[in-house]
Amino acid sequence: MASPQNFASKLTALVVDDHKIYQKVHQKMLNNFGVKSHVVENGKEAVDIHWHGKKFDLILMDMDMPIMNGIEATKELRAMGVCSTIVGVTSRSTEEEILKFMEAGLDDYQEKPLTIPKLTSILHKIINSNPI
Amino acid sequence: MEKNQSRMQLVAMKQSFFDQGLLDEQFIQLEELQDDVNPNFVEEIVILYYGDSLRLISSIEQALKERNLLDFNKLDTLMHQFTGSSSSIGAKKVKAECNLFREYCRAGNIEGCMKSFQQCKKEYASLRKKLEAYFQLARQVGSSEAACRSK
Repeated sequence: MASPQNFASKLTALVVDDHKIYQKVHQKMLNNFGVKSHVVENGKEAVDIHWHGKKFDLILMDMDMPIMNGIEATKELRAMGVCSTIVGVTSRSTEEEILKFMEAGLDDYQEKPLTIPKLTSILHKIINSNPI
Repeated sequence: MEKNQSRMQLVAMKQSFFDQGLLDEQFIQLEELQDDVNPNFVEEIVILYYGDSLRLISSIEQALKERNLLDFNKLDTLMHQFTGSSSSIGAKKVKAECNLFREYCRAGNIEGCMKSFQQCKKEYASLRKKLEAYFQLARQVGSSEAACRSK
């Protein structure tokens, strides 16, 4: 049974994934920590939402998505000056693929599925680097 | 008494999924996300998985019909999606069969692909049947507990 740990309740997050299951699971994980989250289905929507002025403390970025993939989206967001923590979350796991994704501008990379301990660690890092 | 027996049956059923290697820790992660706000969260996710799986199995079947002109890249991409989907609920055996299929794909082994796909479908069907029985019992246990609380 989940017990909400609201230590991250001042944070906001963007889930970028075309897979409905991962959208729901990652959003629920974030909500259980008190993080306000938004979901988009591909990299282009992630870029567009930032063009509209939205900002997030954390972006969970999938790699394989239609229209614009995670690598392209991460490059564009960094080129726009987006400084959010971007964590690549993908089931791809060859070294070459991970390196390519990291080089696009990720702060971290996690293999899917994301777990509660992994997300806890990510959120703690964000809070510790931006004390409120 | 009956309620306790049903609850014990539910626990035993779930344990058997792990003992038989059908599910892994990811299923437990999903259960940890379930709460009073989303009391049917796990079942909702599993239902999404069924929908996803049917679509992907159908696409792979279509792609495998072109026996003499198999597009191994397309097959690998589809199976990668099925693997990811299966991972999301902790469907361990299904995922293992998907990975075997992908190895055959990479080796361009048509017969291997055909055999392992049949095994994939078999494992998926078996898991689905067991999960459906599990959630049906879980709902019965849940509704009898709710009825007791309202007395």
